[in-house]
This record gives sequence, structure tokens and C-alpha cells, in this order.
Amino acid sequence: MRELFPMKQVNGYIFSLLLTVIALSVYFFDMSYAMGLTILVVTAFIQAGVQLVVFMHAGESKDKNAIYVNTIYGVVIAVLTVLGSLLAMIWGYY
Amino acid sequence: MDFLDRFSIPPHDDPMLYASIVAIGLVSIAIVAGVTYFKKWGYLWNEWLTTVDHKRIGIMYIISALLMLFRGGADAVMMRLQTAVPENSFLNAQHYNEVFTTHGVVMIIFMAMAFIIGMMNFVVPLQIGARDVAFPRLNALSFWLYFAGAMLFNISFVVGGSPDAGWTNYYPLAGTEFSEHVGVNYYNWALQISGTGTLMTGINFIVTIMKMRAPGMKLMKMPMFTWSALITNLIIVFAFPVLTIALLLGTFDRQFFTNFFTTTDGGMDMMWANLFWIWGHPEVYILILPAFGIYSQIIATFSERNLYGYKSMVASMVIISLLSFLVWVHHFFTMGQGAVTNSIFSITTMAIAVPTGIKIFNWLLTMWKGKIRFTTPMMYSVAFIPLFTIGGVTGVMLAMASADYQYHNTMFLVAHFHNVIIPGVVFAMIAGLIYYWPKMFGFMLNERIGKYAFWNIVIGFCLAFFPMYITGLNGQARRMYTYSEATGFGPLSMLSFIGALLLAVGFVLIVYNVYYSFRYAPRNVGDDPWNARSLEWATHNPVPEYNFAITPTVQSEEAFWDYKKNGYKLFNGEIKDIHMPNNSGWSIIFAGIFFVFAFFFVFHVWAGVIIAFLGIIGCMIYRSFEKDDGHHIHKEEIEETEKKFGGAE
Repeated sequence: MRELFPMKQVNGYIFSLLLTVIALSVYFFDMSYAMGLTILVVTAFIQAGVQLVVFMHAGESKDKNAIYVNTIYGVVIAVLTVLGSLLAMIWGYY
Repeated sequence: MDFLDRFSIPPHDDPMLYASIVAIGLVSIAIVAGVTYFKKWGYLWNEWLTTVDHKRIGIMYIISALLMLFRGGADAVMMRLQTAVPENSFLNAQHYNEVFTTHGVVMIIFMAMAFIIGMMNFVVPLQIGARDVAFPRLNALSFWLYFAGAMLFNISFVVGGSPDAGWTNYYPLAGTEFSEHVGVNYYNWALQISGTGTLMTGINFIVTIMKMRAPGMKLMKMPMFTWSALITNLIIVFAFPVLTIALLLGTFDRQFFTNFFTTTDGGMDMMWANLFWIWGHPEVYILILPAFGIYSQIIATFSERNLYGYKSMVASMVIISLLSFLVWVHHFFTMGQGAVTNSIFSITTMAIAVPTGIKIFNWLLTMWKGKIRFTTPMMYSVAFIPLFTIGGVTGVMLAMASADYQYHNTMFLVAHFHNVIIPGVVFAMIAGLIYYWPKMFGFMLNERIGKYAFWNIVIGFCLAFFPMYITGLNGQARRMYTYSEATGFGPLSMLSFIGALLLAVGFVLIVYNVYYSFRYAPRNVGDDPWNARSLEWATHNPVPEYNFAITPTVQSEEAFWDYKKNGYKLFNGEIKDIHMPNNSGWSIIFAGIFFVFAFFFVFHVWAGVIIAFLGIIGCMIYRSFEKDDGHHIHKEEIEETEKKFGGAE
């Protein structure tokens, strides 16, 4: 019975609901713009990770290393691109 | 009449324009008449246009690339002719703008990209011992989308007007305010379509290389070209979406009056440059890495030594792929960002010289004490090393942000990037084409004519581009259609023109070589004419449809060499039925509808756009419900074919 019950998925479901509630709180509580956006970004990334691992079954096949390396590589490239653009176009621009 | 007016050419009366309309018309009629006369329509349709065979798609890519090479080459000769003497009036300013824009786009997107993807198509499945790529139908679609994009771009010259804002297409120049006519719409849509095809290729080849390697071929036992293809396709998948989005934003700006790249209403014109180069710099490495892969194969083969520093070769490519995403700002150091930003990108740019240098030393050490055979492909590879190094060193010069204020937008830059792209990519593709020619067609290209072509190309290249370093440092700006005699650029520019002519002679000789060898070269070259080392040479020349009668089992990185010299066994088991994908006309029809869609979009003909869009959706629905399980090549048939080649194992 224990093997049949999808404990991991149920936990993941609860966890993702929790993350949604935290994200939603930004709307209901009065907080600064920076604070609110930080909460949204952080919960969004964790949410994406949970979905990927628990519900999209990354890491359950033989090529899980390739999947993780590719995902991390993609995230790194995306983050660097965005930060670099901000640097070139706004922060470092006089 | 108003409706038809939009398709007419923008108002500059140029005899050249009408000449090219006539030329395009005549060539099209000649092709149609020729195919009809020789009754080859059925053959063409059944064997080539509908094929899903990676080898044939690769060959079609390469043929298209060669056609585009001549198209872009003609542009190059025209530019050099125009600037050969001061105050020349061969081309006017508008026409010159169109020519250098077309030259850039055609050479990068439709020549170099097609060439490397063609090479990957032909070689990679053979090198990993697969029967085809992972998604053969998608592969055909990639090719036809690329081809549709290329054709759309090429008709712009005679229908409606060519893009004229440079291949970098910077806004606000490319916006509707300064480029009213449809040229830039063509640019957006042609690149959009062919870029979509390239993205599909990227996904296709990553899956192929990750999933379809022969048993025993671990990642670190893959031949170097396959490694370079894997890294290249990773870069494609991460870089091309940026171009897709940038082009889409540009299309919205030009056709739906949004303000992403305008100078008013919150638009950021330099955001285009930023996005373009986020794609554009990785694109440079998309071009050069497969070239590195080909050189690695050729240098190892003709030095009769295994590739020196296999692991460092792989590591340096991985590092290059990562760094390639971290340097793009060096294309606009002079845009106005501060010293901190420029320093960061200056340092990352210079850092790329390190892994590239490692590769150069590895090739040199591969040749060290090797038994070098100076065949034509090897001569290109040997010429590549010093010429590319010069290009690399001038690249490091350009990477210094403060010094770049002097070099920016001069002929020095033009000399630099031609100096890396021609010896890097073009030499590699020609060398690869000659090297794999027997694999494709079962005969060799003539070595003597090949060497004449080689010397013309190398000397022509040096004459054409080295003078630009000097005139660039003296202040000659790029993309200027003329200059006064007092500048003193005249003599060196003339030298450049002579170099361009020599290059042209070299490329014509290559084509002549194909014709000559087709007629006179012996057909009994055997399966291993170069005494090669990697797995693709373990099958027959030309390669049968199913690639390998028995799937090879690989034990080492130079599988074929160890099989020949060290008695490793490649083929275990016996011949069985082989499951192959079916040909299909779906890809060419789908891409054709895409072409129509984009053409109407360019001209704002919304009724046409909607109808073509419905066609696209229809094609997708058809494909979703299509049942196509492929076919089997039977054991007896394979044995028959193998017997014709002189028997299998």
C-alpha cells in the first residue's frame, strides 16, 4: 500500500499550494514594491522547480543528469542574459 | 493599380536591377525547362524534394549554401568594385546599402548556417552509427523552412525592394521612420522563418546525439565533430529564441505601430542592438565550432595521429559555449555605457581567446611528429591555423573597450571578422566538403584543380582583407559607398578588389572541379580513400540508405582506426530487417505555405495572410492525425546491396 500511495506527489501538491498562498499574500498585505517583487520571483522559481521535479518527472529516468545539467545551463544563460541587458542598458548606462 | 504598386521596386532606376530581374527569370525558366526536358520531375520529387534521409537533406543544404555563396559573393565583388577607385559611380548609395545588407545576411544566415547544418546532417548520424536523425520529418521541415526563408529574402531584390539597414538592422534606422519601404519587413520574415527551421534542427540534433549513439559510444568516445555539433546545437537552442523575439518585436514596431525600438513613447532603440547581439554573438560560435570539429577530423586523419588532447578539446568547447553568451556587449562598446560595464565585457571577451588558443595548440601538437599528407582538405586546415590566429589576435585588439573607440565601425573591424569567418568557417566547409565528397557521391574531387582553387582562395583572401586592416586604422569607415581621392584609400582598396576577384576565381574553380571530377574521376575509390579514423568511414561510399547494415559496436574514440589497425570488432550480429521512415511531401508543402504567409505579411495583404495561416493550421492538424509507421528494408535487399559494395563483414 505504501508503495502505491503517491506520497511525493501529494507533498508536492501541498507545497505548491503553499507557495501559491505566499505569492498571493503580496496582494493582500501592504508591502514595498521591491519586497513584493522579491517574494514573487523567489516563489516563482521554487514553484517551477517543484513542478519540474515532482510533476514533470525530471530525475526519474536514466538521463537525469543530462536533464538537470541542461536545465541549470538554461537558467544560468537566461539569468545572465537578463542581468547583462540590465547592466548594459540601464545600470551601467550614463 | 494601387494594390500592385506596393510590389514595384522603390524609385531608383538602375540598369542592374532590371538585369537581375531578367537573370532571375531566365534561370528559373532554364531550371524548369531543363528538368522537364530530361523528364526528371518524378525523380526530383520522389528522391529529393520529399526525402527525409539525413544524407540527402544534408546534400540539399550544402547545394543551397553553395548557391547562396555565389549570391553573396557576387554582392561582395560588386562592393569591392564600387570602392576599388575613389568616387566611383558603379553603384549609388541606396544600391550599395542594399548590397552590403544582402551580402551580410546571405553569407551568415543562408550560406554559413546552411553549410554547417548540412555538414552536421550528413556526418553526425554516420559518426554516431545511427540510421537517421531522431525526427526525420522535422529535419526535412527544418530544411524547407530554411529554404523558404532564403528564397523570400532573395526575391526582395526584385519585388518591393531589398532591406538596406545593414545585416545588423539597427533601429531606429530600420524603423518605419527611416526605412519606409518593405525591405526590413523582408528581413524580419526571412530570418524568422529560417530561424524557426534552425531552432528545430537544434532540438533534433541534441536528441539525436544524446539518444541515438551506437552501443558502446559513451559521450567521451564521440568523434570530435559530433562533440562540436552537440555543443553548437545547445547554443542554437539557447540563442535562437532571442532572435525570434527580437524579430517579432521589430515586426510589431514596423507593421503594427508599437514602440519597442522607437525613440519615442518609451521605446529603446538600442534594445534591438542588445537583443540582436545576445543572439548574434553565440551565433558566431554556432558557426565556428562545427568548423573546429571538421578541422579536428581532418588534421587527425592526415597527420595519421589521434587527436591531441581530446578532453581539453571538449572542455574548451564547453567553456567557449558558456562564454559565448557573456560577451555580446563588445559589439557596441561605443553605445554609451560606462567603464564598468565595458570592462566586464572586455574581460569576458579576452577570456575566450584562452580556450580557443588551447584548441590551436592541440591541432599543432596533433601534427607534431605526424606523417602529414598534404591533400587539399589538409592544406585548407594548415592554412587555417595561422590565418585564424591573426584574426583572433585582431579580435583581442578589438576586445579592448577603450581602443575599440578607434576601431569601431571601421574597415579594421570588417577585416577582423572576415579574417575569422573565411579561414575559420569557409575554409572548413570547403575542406569538409572535399573530405566527405567520396562519402556523399562515391568519387573523389580532383586534387590538382582543388589545389589551384586553394591557392587562389588563400592568396585572394589575404589580398582582399589585409589591406582593410591598414585603411581601417587610417580611418576608413565601413559601409561607405565612396570616398574622396585625398583620403589615400584608393590603391589599397584596388588591391582589395583584385583579391576579391582571385577569391571568385577560386570558387569558380571549385565548381569546375565538381564538373570535371563528375565526368572523369574514377568510381572505384573504395570505402576508405583517405585512410581515415572515425566511425563514418566504416560504411560504404556512397553511403547506402540505411547507413550501416549492422549497427556498429564502439569501444574507442577512434572506432574505425582501431578496427583497422588494432583488431577491434565493429560489427557483431547479423543483418536484420531495418526500419526506416517514409518520404513525405508534407514538409515542402508546409514550408511553401509559410513562404506565402510571410510574403503576404511583408506587404500587409491581410486576406492572403489569413488564408495562408489557415493553411498552416491545416497542415499541423493533418500531421497530428497522420498515421505513418515507416517501412522496413528487408534482409534480402540489404544483403543484395552489401554484395554490390563488395560484401559485408
